[in-house]
Amino acid sequence: MGQPTAVRTIRQPWAILLWTAISILGASAVGGIALSRGETINSLWFIVAAVCVYAIGYRFYSAFIAAKVLVLDPTRATPAERFNDGRDFVPTNKWVVFGHHFAAIAGPGPLIGPTLAAQFGYLPGTLWILIGAVLGGCVQDFVTLFFSTRRNGRSLGQMARDELGPIGGIAALIGVMMIMVILIAVLGLVVVNAMKHSPWATSTVAATIPIAILIGLYMRNVRPGRVLEGTLIGVTLLLLAVAGGGWIDHHPTLRVWFDYDGPTLALMIIAYGFVAAVAPVWLLLAPRDYLSTFMKIGTVIALAVAIVILRPDVQMPALTQFIDGTGPIFGGTLFPFVFITIACGAISGFHSLIASGTTPKLLANERDIRFIGYGAMMMESFVAIMAMIAATVLDPGVYFAINSPTGVVGATAAEAVAKISSWGFPVTVEQMELLAKEMGEESLFARTGGAPSLAVGMASIFSRAFGEGMLAMWYHFAIMFEALFILTTLDAGTRVGRFMLQDLLGNVVPALGRTSWYPSVLFTSACVVSAWGYFLYMGTIDPLGGINSLWPLFGISNQMLAAIALCVGTTILVKSGKLRYAWVTGLPLTWLVIITTSAAWEKLFSPEVRIGFLSHARDLADKLAAGALPPDKLASAPHLIFNDRLDAALTAFFLIATWVLVLDMLRVCYCAVRGHKHPPLSEAPHVPSRLVEDWVRD
Amino acid sequence: MNNVYWWHKLWSGLRQVSGDDAYERYLAHWQERHAHEDRQPLDRKRFFKAEQARKWNGVRRCC
Repeated sequence: MGQPTAVRTIRQPWAILLWTAISILGASAVGGIALSRGETINSLWFIVAAVCVYAIGYRFYSAFIAAKVLVLDPTRATPAERFNDGRDFVPTNKWVVFGHHFAAIAGPGPLIGPTLAAQFGYLPGTLWILIGAVLGGCVQDFVTLFFSTRRNGRSLGQMARDELGPIGGIAALIGVMMIMVILIAVLGLVVVNAMKHSPWATSTVAATIPIAILIGLYMRNVRPGRVLEGTLIGVTLLLLAVAGGGWIDHHPTLRVWFDYDGPTLALMIIAYGFVAAVAPVWLLLAPRDYLSTFMKIGTVIALAVAIVILRPDVQMPALTQFIDGTGPIFGGTLFPFVFITIACGAISGFHSLIASGTTPKLLANERDIRFIGYGAMMMESFVAIMAMIAATVLDPGVYFAINSPTGVVGATAAEAVAKISSWGFPVTVEQMELLAKEMGEESLFARTGGAPSLAVGMASIFSRAFGEGMLAMWYHFAIMFEALFILTTLDAGTRVGRFMLQDLLGNVVPALGRTSWYPSVLFTSACVVSAWGYFLYMGTIDPLGGINSLWPLFGISNQMLAAIALCVGTTILVKSGKLRYAWVTGLPLTWLVIITTSAAWEKLFSPEVRIGFLSHARDLADKLAAGALPPDKLASAPHLIFNDRLDAALTAFFLIATWVLVLDMLRVCYCAVRGHKHPPLSEAPHVPSRLVEDWVRD
Repeated sequence: MNNVYWWHKLWSGLRQVSGDDAYERYLAHWQERHAHEDRQPLDRKRFFKAEQARKWNGVRRCC
């Protein structure tokens, strides 16, 4: 007792030997990936590099943070122990908390970001995922979880208000609402692009709704609370739905019912989002969440196993010519856009919302924070590495054909393959037709968004590892799996947005603040749904693919949230008299501010029409005025111009909010160091833990 | 013996992660803390209803 977790000094010779071996292996794997040119490289090197980097990061850096920077104290009672109510606050086994935390933080983000960033080649994304996670993302999750635990599980917004003052609090609150809107819109767009003109995918995704409702009713009325039973039935039904989708796809009349274009599907998703947000949670959201969590974890494990069994070769070069900013999937140079495109998997601000509030209420002991905060983010980063592998084992020509929007490569298949082949990534119309046929799709051209190319990558890996000839099944399984938890995020996000809006409006009109008053529920849900619905719909009619403008916006907003979390963390470190360790959060914060500022600046002011929102608006307006637009684009042009200006305004907001927060943090830190007046630390007082170790930790 | 022990551990871990045993844990907690009070614990159905409402009242899922 009494001794805080200390960095165990390595004395045993075998331990020195082991860690030296891991370091050498890791260094050669990373070096091999970085220096390999020309020849293809085996994906096993990615796995080895990742595992070694994580092992070293966890063993040494997280131990240093735990012992020296945060000084975890195992003798201190956690909120779960002090407020144990058997439900909300419960001291829980650390593996169970790890499972909860990982399931909560890992969504579709780490699968999509790396897939899109693969347009730069495999190297920049891979290095950023590894380094960003170990020095940035894991640290952010770790410190946020720790500081929230020391503050009775307070949320990030509350901590920002307590530690920085009202300005920080308001920036955090509005930031979270904005990011929610952008996040849902972009995820909705990913699903729409996966379902467009695909009766198989659309019918399978549609079937997930009645299946979830059925399971909801089962778990509420037939066998209340039997979660595992219900989930097992649901997963079986989902697999049947994938097979049933294939049957519908081959049925001449039924397939027409599920064949829609992008904008129509967007309207359906918007309608669905509204209904899901006002329906009771037990009916749709909760059962779907059980299903998607099981699917997600099962598929991620299966993918890891398949990659290790198969060890496919990576076909994409280390770097492509698109690092100069001319990439077809999204415009923008390597710096800063690779760091914006891959947010989840390297550093994701959204995690700080889970790490504050939800997870701290379950911790049995402060010592577990290192494993859960740092460790779960490492796992998510590993998921991102696997997504990178799945994207880069595809033939690069195929990868670009699937992901390039028609506005860039041309509307017909012949135009697209000619353009992509001219970049040095040979691909033929026959090859794409054969692939589409194998996957059970009409066409795989211009399926921007990452989900279809990831599904093609996963399907080819799965079918080679677990059974040849099932390509179409695996493809639609992958689409269903992605759509399942994207729709969960969509429901859950809309609901959170609604709660926040109700909270905000409640200050003005008290009745609107009552979360159970139905008119208020309908009104605020409609507000939130129309906000993201607008961006989603505009994304589907954008000839540049929508992802081109929405994904960077999402990346910037997510990194802004991470900056808020790191600002709070740095402030607390400085106020606790740990100025000399403030670099632990200060360095990743500085990096985030650099990348978000330069990315936001380019999105605002770049003269290149595919990068700068304002120059794109100007270009369109000029063409419109000169009558140079083809008649089919005439109608949408004014909307696109307005949308560009709105995107620019949002970017400017994110930029300003980040800087206001950083300056506010510097002010508070300066006051703390100089001994001027500043908000005091809001840490809960020390209460010794009375839990008997063996009992809790079992 | 050892095998059975590990399977049991795995199974109870799975039940705990998924929330399958939430009601049992609630009852155990109730017996420990509130058994002397002049009240009855919630029944399974009402507990599960309240639990779902509580769980989804906030940020639960990430991107």
